[in-house]
Amino acid sequence: MTDLPAPHRRSRGERLRAKFAKAPYSARFGMVMLSLYIITALFAPVLAPYGEAEVIGKAFEPWSATHLLGTDQLGRDMAARIIYAARNSMGIAFLATVLSFVTGGLFGIVSALLGGWADQVLSRLVDALMAIPGLIFALMALSLFGPTVVNLIIIIAAIDATRVFRLTRAVALGVVSQDFVEAARLRGEGTLWIVTREILPHTLPPLITEFGLRYCFVFLTISALSFLGVGLQPPMADWGSMVRQNATLITYGNVTPLLPAAAIALLTVSVNFVVDWLLQITGGGRDGR
Amino acid sequence: MGADPLLHIKGLRIEGLSDGSWRPILRGIDLHLARGEVLGLIGESGAGKSTLGISAMGAVREGCRFADGEIRFDGQDLIALGDEGCRPLRGARIAYVAQSAAASFNPAHRLIDQTIEASIQHGLLTDGAARAEAVALYRQMQLPAPEEIGFRYPHQVSGGQLQRVMTAMAMLCRPDLIIFDEPTTALDVTTQVEVLAAIRSAVKTNGTAAIYVTHDLAVVSQMADRIMVLRHGQVVEEAQTRAMLAAPTQEYTRSLWAVRKLNRPNQPDAQALLTVVGASAAYPAGPEVLRDVSVTVPRGRTVAVVGESGSGKSTLARVITGLLPPVAGTITFDGTALSPTLAGRSHDMRRRIQMIYQSADTALNSRQRLSEIIGRPLSFYHGLSGAARDRRVAELLEQIELPPDFADRFPQELSGGQKQRVSIARALAAEPDLILCDEVTSALDQIVQEEILRLLMRLQDEKGISYLFITHDIATVRAIADRVVVMHRGAVVEQGPKAQILSPPHAPYTRLLLSSVPEMDPDWLGRLLELRSRG
Amino acid sequence: MSQSEATSRRPRSAAGLIAATVARRLGHGAFTLFVVSLVIFSLMSLMPGDFAKSILGQAATPETVAAFQREVGLDVPPVQRYVAWVGNVAHGDFGNSFVTSGAKKRAVADIIAPRLKNTMFLALITAALAVPLALGLGILTALKRNSFFDRAVNALTLTTISMPEFFMAYLLLMLFSTKLHWLPGLATVDAGDPFLEKLRRCTLPALTLTLVIVAHIMRMTRAAILNVLDDPYMEMARFKGITRARMVLRHALPNAWAPIANVVAFNLAYLIVGVVIVEVVFAYPGIGQLMVDAVSTRDIPVVQACSLIFAGVYVLLNLAADIASILSNPRLLFPR
Repeated sequence: MTDLPAPHRRSRGERLRAKFAKAPYSARFGMVMLSLYIITALFAPVLAPYGEAEVIGKAFEPWSATHLLGTDQLGRDMAARIIYAARNSMGIAFLATVLSFVTGGLFGIVSALLGGWADQVLSRLVDALMAIPGLIFALMALSLFGPTVVNLIIIIAAIDATRVFRLTRAVALGVVSQDFVEAARLRGEGTLWIVTREILPHTLPPLITEFGLRYCFVFLTISALSFLGVGLQPPMADWGSMVRQNATLITYGNVTPLLPAAAIALLTVSVNFVVDWLLQITGGGRDGR
Repeated sequence: MGADPLLHIKGLRIEGLSDGSWRPILRGIDLHLARGEVLGLIGESGAGKSTLGISAMGAVREGCRFADGEIRFDGQDLIALGDEGCRPLRGARIAYVAQSAAASFNPAHRLIDQTIEASIQHGLLTDGAARAEAVALYRQMQLPAPEEIGFRYPHQVSGGQLQRVMTAMAMLCRPDLIIFDEPTTALDVTTQVEVLAAIRSAVKTNGTAAIYVTHDLAVVSQMADRIMVLRHGQVVEEAQTRAMLAAPTQEYTRSLWAVRKLNRPNQPDAQALLTVVGASAAYPAGPEVLRDVSVTVPRGRTVAVVGESGSGKSTLARVITGLLPPVAGTITFDGTALSPTLAGRSHDMRRRIQMIYQSADTALNSRQRLSEIIGRPLSFYHGLSGAARDRRVAELLEQIELPPDFADRFPQELSGGQKQRVSIARALAAEPDLILCDEVTSALDQIVQEEILRLLMRLQDEKGISYLFITHDIATVRAIADRVVVMHRGAVVEQGPKAQILSPPHAPYTRLLLSSVPEMDPDWLGRLLELRSRG
Repeated sequence: MSQSEATSRRPRSAAGLIAATVARRLGHGAFTLFVVSLVIFSLMSLMPGDFAKSILGQAATPETVAAFQREVGLDVPPVQRYVAWVGNVAHGDFGNSFVTSGAKKRAVADIIAPRLKNTMFLALITAALAVPLALGLGILTALKRNSFFDRAVNALTLTTISMPEFFMAYLLLMLFSTKLHWLPGLATVDAGDPFLEKLRRCTLPALTLTLVIVAHIMRMTRAAILNVLDDPYMEMARFKGITRARMVLRHALPNAWAPIANVVAFNLAYLIVGVVIVEVVFAYPGIGQLMVDAVSTRDIPVVQACSLIFAGVYVLLNLAADIASILSNPRLLFPR
């Protein structure tokens, strides 16, 4: 333990600004792209030249001044659908991820704190559920319950919650073993107080970066399901299903169907860049080294 | 100090990267070392002693850099040679012995393969010759079964033996210089004696020069011909060992062993506050770690529980707190029987027994401000809130000698000693009758230790609090205890008033323990070894 | 370091300890398989009430619905049905497909068998290509940490990881098939095709899968090694004057095998997910495409069988990795 004089004090805001100023270009690029995506999703109806399911021409029209990216297999405007899909795909993935974090995170912390047989049962069950590959589980569940938006969100959230549970539990176990939690127990504090005041503040930072990674993963899973035709159902626009529905064009050397796929890739790359940077600055430690 | 020193360091500056900027670690050090000479580097944590030791290999740790100065080893400029250029010297002519042997041996390889690796990689010995040499050195280091111990993996060998294997590894290429980086700090005192003896005889026999880095003045006085005191990356004082021990010229050097002079005078006996009778305890599905332990803590007095790692002294504290209910035995507190479990105790009973931990880093929640850390027991036990609570927090901060505006700081903005003070304030906030102190000073530097011990004693005088003080350090026992309990392998060896326990006649284990504590006398180790060899 | 370790003596309880640890892992694996089968089985029982109607469609009368439920076994108590189902599966009997071709019902096992063979073929080619490549790259980037090569490979793999598999698949398809005409864009293979022709048709799917899993394995291998490089014994090796290459290969790698084995197993299992997408893109007649088709026709017995096979492979691969890391741990091989 060092007994150096207390370090110079900087407010939280100052430190944050200093960190942003030093962010690498990849992270800045990621943040700019993410903002653009979010704006597109929020203002889709304003930005899109046509309606989401509006048929405005013949099938597979080429790029033109009126139809920037041409039309799809049913004669709907490609550009408009890409914009609307931002809202659908990002929104649903977001809801599913939030749901998975609320459930998985809560169970994970409580499991770590309780320990004993409750923890054993939950952990073993989650281990077993994780032994079914996520996409396979989703395919199986969707085949039974049918591919509605609500089902999709619940199923994906349930699958992802197992992963979140495992991580939160591991992080929380590290916190639970610290002396300040024991000190709170010795004082006689209740479980709720220990979870919310002592443990949660310490598990939040790693969970925030994990949220970015899980969001990417959920997003890719939903796109994959939509691509396979069991995700978002027509006429809702979705980047994954748009690729599949227009795939014929690819064999003629037309890149249009790849644009929605590129939109997915750009989003996940951006999130990953930002997360990588967040991991670096939080992993570098609040306490210097 | 001859005309041609083995190692000559001039104006050395090393910087470390912290929070994005380079801060000085060493601020212009001059050092010279003759062939066969042993130099002790001593200082508190953060003094730069380890950095200086490593620099003698032309190396810096990750995140550090040479800023200025030169390091000449046998005429070669190590900084100019660069990291790769110094590589052939390392392990061959300059060897290194690390603090934790258990962590510094590769768990995947046998000890002998690691011992001889450098000699073979540098092309100095053939495989057969290196193996024979290793066994000879194991024997010289007085390791048991020297022919076979090398075929073991690190996890199969005890810490004290590993440290001797590591010294043998350093010796194998017959280096001109060995850097010992706190080689016995992680060991128990009784083990430390064996390792010190082995290192000293090996260095003497082979005529190797050494730099011995440590924070323990008593240890360094056994090992070094000359001592250099470092502080904040600068040399405070440098002298021959005996001269420095006899007459340190600097105030700072004198303060380094002040704690050893602290000695609490005898106090009249007092009524029992806590009585533990016949307590035995075991962890779930584990062996018994506490066997039939009976201890009494008088009101307003300090009972020191002393023992080495694994003696069960911390388990005793867990039993008293109720975290580990004993399998047998009773605990009485202030005349009433205490429930064995934490849940079975009343709110007020939990308030009256508080605990302070060894590491304030993990004992204080780094996401809470001091006002919350100290204020929570005030609200929880005494129902204080708002301005009344803030006032009381300020009072408590004053009692632990911290300014009141620290209330809105986070623990990580404090130094190690300040953090431990906050732990004390948190315990005080409950207004307890008994505080369990679990190695509360062992992670701190000597000077800070003394401050904390003085604070604890002052608080005891003012408030009549009782302490159960768990420690492995005899100097600390001498400093604060009224009564002493000696523990070994889960049982009490002997107990009684401090004057009685610390003066002869002793129980055999107590004698071993007390005699193993290094003294500030260069002849102590030699005398002890002679005494022990005579039986 | 040396080969002459003849004098080594293993303490006598070593074999017992390993056996116990391996047995525990096996028990754990068996339990996992049990829960997996239970989940897959229960999903079948959870079929919504109108399921029979939606399967039978126009032909749904009360009688046909009852007959369908009898055939699927919904009139038998669940425990009995589960035991019978597990027993049948153990004999390779996955029941009959819901989808009738003509009057004849097809056994699920007969539908799956040839498809499974094709998928295994694709997975094996990919693994043979990807695993050595990924391990090599992982070790190399760890060796050259922070070099230009390291940074470039990292940025590239981060990008490939972030892309949906079908994007990669179509990109390759467009480049090598549509534009360059080097390789066939459709991977329709028949059992009768000669090996080399099969290989040629499988190249694009295998390449896609390789790109995906190489990125994952390589990144995790690099991380596992770098993690070990921070251990104190690596500093000791440096202060012994050991070369960087030897430090990584001789000192870090043996301690990183356990995490690396897990990474490889995890990603081979990940191949399964990739396989589903890639088979659909390239119209490869494997089990992945079969499952997707079965999902859209709601052919539950086929979905069930495919899920069980995928999950089983996943569990077994992870089990193998666990046991491999147990067998490489000196703490277990040579107890105190």
